[in-house]
Amino acid sequence: MTYLSAAPPLLVRDARIAFGDRLVARDLTLEFPAGRTTCLLGRSGVGKTSLLRWLAGLLPEAPRAQPVAYMAQSDLLLPWLSVLDNVLLGYRLRGDRTALASAEERARTLLDAVGLADRLDDRPGQLSGGMRQRAALARTLCEDRPVVLMDEPFAHLDAVTRLELQDLAARLLAGRTAVLVTHDPLEALCVGHQIRVLSGTPFIAGPAIEPAGVVPRDPADPALLGLHARLVAELRGLAP
Amino acid sequence: MRPLITAVGLLLGWEALVWVSGVPSYILPPPSRVLAVLVERSDLLLGEAVWTATEMIVGLLLGLVLGATLAIVFAASAGWRRWALPLVIVSQAIPVIAIAPLLVLWLGYGMASKVAMAALVIFFPVVSALYDGLRRTNEGWVDLARTMDASPRAVLLQIRLPAALPAFASGARIAAAVAPIGAVIGEWVGASAGLGYLMTLSLARGQTALAFAALVVLCLLGLALYYATDWAARVFVPWQSQGE
Repeated sequence: MTYLSAAPPLLVRDARIAFGDRLVARDLTLEFPAGRTTCLLGRSGVGKTSLLRWLAGLLPEAPRAQPVAYMAQSDLLLPWLSVLDNVLLGYRLRGDRTALASAEERARTLLDAVGLADRLDDRPGQLSGGMRQRAALARTLCEDRPVVLMDEPFAHLDAVTRLELQDLAARLLAGRTAVLVTHDPLEALCVGHQIRVLSGTPFIAGPAIEPAGVVPRDPADPALLGLHARLVAELRGLAP
Repeated sequence: MRPLITAVGLLLGWEALVWVSGVPSYILPPPSRVLAVLVERSDLLLGEAVWTATEMIVGLLLGLVLGATLAIVFAASAGWRRWALPLVIVSQAIPVIAIAPLLVLWLGYGMASKVAMAALVIFFPVVSALYDGLRRTNEGWVDLARTMDASPRAVLLQIRLPAALPAFASGARIAAAVAPIGAVIGEWVGASAGLGYLMTLSLARGQTALAFAALVVLCLLGLALYYATDWAARVFVPWQSQGE
């Protein structure tokens, strides 16, 4: 399911991001490398979600730089549509019948990849939390957009389900420029090619950390423990 | 089971009260007499019931369509919302009973004035429930649709509207419960057929038991309409219990 056309890098230059009256970031310059997954790590309330919503063009007066696929914390599956129709939601909303017809094959392949091939006609209400989030992942990837933004997509899942989904997401995101927001250092180490820690008010992004090895990394790998300690220290504001 | 026992107890008390006090039947007929009339005049009652039921159902459908249309227009257009929504609210301050004679004057003694009456009583709960539902869409869904480049029209029709259907279903249930009020008030004011007409007629002739029998049939009609609506809401909006 690699994204075939070359994914562009995502650039943020001198951005000013405000959430209501609160200034979240000032003169923010960030580059998310093309075709790789960048994890933004930060404590609750630092402004991770605002940055992601800004990138998605969901904040007022913040036009989106390029088309993105967006995955929120909750799965946002529509309860009245089947799993398959939920995955095809973007095509249904845009109302382009030809595109919808040609995307169906893709949706089925993706649902197969996330292990929901036999639940195509079920309603979201019949699925478990993990299955719902997998369906949401399939919907995000079905959008076939080079840039994928994910806002703590696995935060509400139990530990084992979360590991499975991180694995799956890391593999399916291959070749796309992805930004994944999380507050869990281990999650960042597991799926991110690159990790940036956000801290302060307004926040600044720490230097890019690039752990060795290919994603998805095994969270039990002892080599990651040193990095884990460093990330936790940075999150606490005890950075060297 | 318990409500049934209570009801039977009340009916027995009523029967006993009539026999003990010796109230004449044209003032308060005993339940046994009402039951007898129900059986004796079942043909007449059934005919009038079909007439009233038609008024109620057509009025309900008309009110639902009218209410839903208005709610969607209000949700879609700020202009309409500003100019017409206050008017809709003010219209509810006018007692329906006060308009009934006018509707009969304009639309005649036939079915049309009663249908209009029922629709008038119904459309407000429908507008208010559906409009409320349309405004309270999970903003996450709307944001998601925006990242998918959905037009405002697609967001309204494919997200806001289906998401508001459970609210519409609650509105429809209330509407079904009040539909008989509209139809019967219309018949009291001026009609040539229907259970309400039968009631005024038989009361004027001292056939109080027949009026009571008509009332019983009217209650059954109202219950049937309510449960039919409730059933339809469950079948067509099965996701209401799992909403986000």
